[in-house]
Formats: sequence, C-alpha cells, structure tokens
Amino acid sequence: MQTFFQTLTTGLADGSIYGSLALALVLIYKATEVINFAQGEMAMFTTYIAWALMGHGSSFEWWAFFATLGIAFVGGAALQQTVIRPLERASVLTAVMATIALLVILNGLAAWIWSPQLQFFPSPFPTSSWVIGGVHISKQDVGTFGVVMACVLVLWLFFRFTKLGLAMRAGALNPSAARLMGVRASWLLALGWGFAAALGAVSGMMVAPTVFLTPNMMQAVLIYAFAAAILGGLESPVGAIAGGLSLGVLLNMLGQYVHPVTSELQLPVALAILLVVLLIKPAGLFGRVVVKRV
Amino acid sequence: MPALLELSDVTARYGQVVALHGVSLTVADGEIVALLGANGAGKTTTLRAVSGTVRRTGDIVLGGKRLGRATPEAVARSGVAHVPEGRGIFAELTVWENMRMGGYTVRRPDFATVLGYFPWLQERRNQQAGTLSGGEQQMLALARAFLSRPRLLMLDEPSLGLAPIITREVFRVVTELNQKEGLAVLVVEQNAAVALAAAQRGYVLETGRVAVSGSAGELKSDDAVRTAYLGY
Repeated sequence: MQTFFQTLTTGLADGSIYGSLALALVLIYKATEVINFAQGEMAMFTTYIAWALMGHGSSFEWWAFFATLGIAFVGGAALQQTVIRPLERASVLTAVMATIALLVILNGLAAWIWSPQLQFFPSPFPTSSWVIGGVHISKQDVGTFGVVMACVLVLWLFFRFTKLGLAMRAGALNPSAARLMGVRASWLLALGWGFAAALGAVSGMMVAPTVFLTPNMMQAVLIYAFAAAILGGLESPVGAIAGGLSLGVLLNMLGQYVHPVTSELQLPVALAILLVVLLIKPAGLFGRVVVKRV
Repeated sequence: MPALLELSDVTARYGQVVALHGVSLTVADGEIVALLGANGAGKTTTLRAVSGTVRRTGDIVLGGKRLGRATPEAVARSGVAHVPEGRGIFAELTVWENMRMGGYTVRRPDFATVLGYFPWLQERRNQQAGTLSGGEQQMLALARAFLSRPRLLMLDEPSLGLAPIITREVFRVVTELNQKEGLAVLVVEQNAAVALAAAQRGYVLETGRVAVSGSAGELKSDDAVRTAYLGY
C-alpha cells in the first residue's frame, strides 16, 4: 500500500510535467492546427537560460524562474511572428516542417552555446520526504505538481475571465468571425505561442533537476507530451492535463508492478498507448469526432 | 446628405474568378439599403469587399475615409459590423461570451440598451450559443453586431433558413434599430419582398454588376425586378 501511494505521487508529478507540455501543444494546435514539434526544444532552450541566470545552476532562484517565464513568453511570440506568421498562407504541413527545422536549430544552438555536456540543474524543493502513515511523500514530487498546476490554473483563469482570453478562444473557434469583431488575429496567435512557450519553460525547469540538463533532455518528454495530448483528444486543454496525469501514473505503476517494464521500456509503452488510442478512439478520450466536408 | 459608405467601381475576385466587375453604390447615414439579385450575382462579395474579407480594387470610402487595403479587423474598428453568411456565431461559447465579443473593441459596451431590444438574451446568457434556434442565433448576431457601436450594419441574408414569421421579426428589429438608433443598414436578401418593405432604396446585382437601382417603391413596381425577384 505504501509503495502504491509513493508510486502514485511520483506518477502525478511526472504526469503534471507531461501534461503541461501537452497543454502547450494543444494551445497552438487549437489556434492554428499546427503541431509544434519544437515545443520541447523551446522548453530546453529556456531551461538553459534559467540555468545561466541561476549562476550556472549553483542554486535555484525564484526570480530567475519568473524571469525565464517572461523570456520564454517573448521568445515564443517572436518565433511566431518571424517564422510562423510568414507561412500563414502556406499549408499547415509547411508550418509543421518549419517547427521541425526549429527543433534542429534550437538543439544545435544550445549545444553550441552551452556545450552538449550534462549539467546539474538545481531544484527549488528539498530532497527530503514527508512521512504520512508510513508513506514517504517526496517534497520534490509535491512541489513539482503544485508549481505546474498553479501555472495551469493561472492560464485557465486568464482564458476564462479576461477579455483577451475570450478573444483568443473565439479566434481559435472561428478566426474569420473574430476578425469581423475587430480582433487582431495575428497578434493573438503570437500571444498564444508566448503562453505555450512559457508553459513549456515550466515543464523544462521542473523536469531538469531529475533528468539533468542536456540539449536532448526534452525529447523523451515531448514524446510523452504527444501521447498525453492525443490521449486527451488534441483539442481539449482539460484532456491534455488529464492525459498527462494518467500517463505519468500509468507508466510509474507499470514500472513498479509489472516486472518487465523497466525504464528502458517506458518510452515504447508510451508510444504503444498512443497507437492503441489512435486505433480505438481516434478523437481521443476527451476529443470530439470532427466531420469534415470533402 | 454625404454618403456614409460609397463604393466606386469596385472589383473583387476569388483567385482567377472575377466576382465583381465594377460595382458602384452608396449608403447614406440612417438609411436602409437592400442589395438584391440571384445566386452568384455578387451580393455577398460586395459585403465582403467592404469588410476586407475578399481581395478588392476600386474606391471604398467610409465616413469620408478611404478603406484602401484595410484588413477585416481594421474595417470593424472603423465602425462596420458585418454579420456574415451563416451568422458567424461562436457556437461553443455562451450567449453572453458572444455578446462580449461583439463589444470587444468598445471600452464600455452598452449591454443595457441591447437587452432592451432583446430581453430574452438575459435569461439565456449562460446557454451555449450553438444550441439556440436559427432565429435566436440571428437575433444574437444582431445584438452582437450592435454592441460594437457600428455606424454601418451589413447583414448577409438574415432570412436564410428562417420561417417567414421569424424573418418578419428579424426585419422588425432591424427597422427599429435603424429608426431609434439611427443605424445605417446594408442588407443582402434573396427575399426581395421582405427586404424592400424595410428598405428605402435598393440595388439589383446581375453577374457582378449593378443592373437596376432606385427607391424601394420604384424597384417594387419595376416589371423586370417584379418578375425576376418578387414573383408576381
């Protein structure tokens, strides 16, 4: 029973990281139908910036955490305006290819600036645990989960209660009608990329203490985030978070209780889940079936 | 009276297909103008040329200012509310969120006045807009358009898919907004009889050109218009 609860909390912490990156993917997908393959590398790159701000990772600083969110926001918006916006009239596939190019560029650039070596990234939380009824609850896990969920909550409040958030939702639902209401669509898309990049930065800074900082550290996380987003239906923000959490718990449980599923098998299992969902329920667990007129 | 909206020799095309071959028309302040014609005559395209949702050439002047190559959002911000074909309701947002979107460019949207014309919107405010009936959606589209405090309201086939009694109700509200609020209206309609009953003037388009124009009375008694569009 103790093992179960410990596995559950670790699963929820991992899952919140997958979920936040999945939410970043969904934000951009909903607004533009572009799947941003560079989402993970953007997160990695901003995590390096945080690391540099924290004196090359000597100690965790909250001001650096928030400064990084700001830098990620501006950087994401700038990428949308300079790389994606000029492709507005091209096909969605062209924009997706551009994000794959971005992935490679950011990866190479990070290795060139900061060297491809493994770096230690400090955690804001102590490594100790709380012991509740014999169950060891890692403060790191609880802290990670808390930070990610707080960021998601802030984002939700923004979309739910502000005029700009409403305009972004309207623009994603029906861009041409939103423009007829005076919504500056292109500017709001840049804002969406900014939010997605900031959310990615959160996932990067939260995962880096456990996986160590390298230019490739987000690649596995991105695959998990894809699986989580597809599990949730790719169109649903709630689905992305729920998908991420269930994937995190499921992978940890399998690793704990099913003998052959070692850490080497986690990624294949995640991809297998992705395939099975696509085969059985292509619209995802929270998605709706979209009927396209041909 | 100086024209609020003036189109001079406006052309528009979709790719290679020319939809408007030089249309000229005017809408004066406080006037209802009907735009009639068969399917494919260029009625919808004329509205889209004004709101900038189709590529256009020629002069479009709104309140003394040339629209030039203005984007749809810029045209909206200069005082044109365009209720497009299919009404452009945000089906997944609530009624109230749709109305807030109408007032997006306005600092303090006048919800009170709008609820005076559409009191039932108050009790439906949290309902998903997509679950409203067609007539209710058309009313919501009108309310939303009015909330942007426009100088010119452009309606694209408000009667489409509506029962005759609902259509009459829609036009009653449009007429009221026109008379009490001084709103100028340019309305595209298949249903020429209903449109000419509300309008002061009208234009008949044929294959992207103005074929006939005149006061509503003149158009109603014009033999060609009568046989082609009024059916008596």
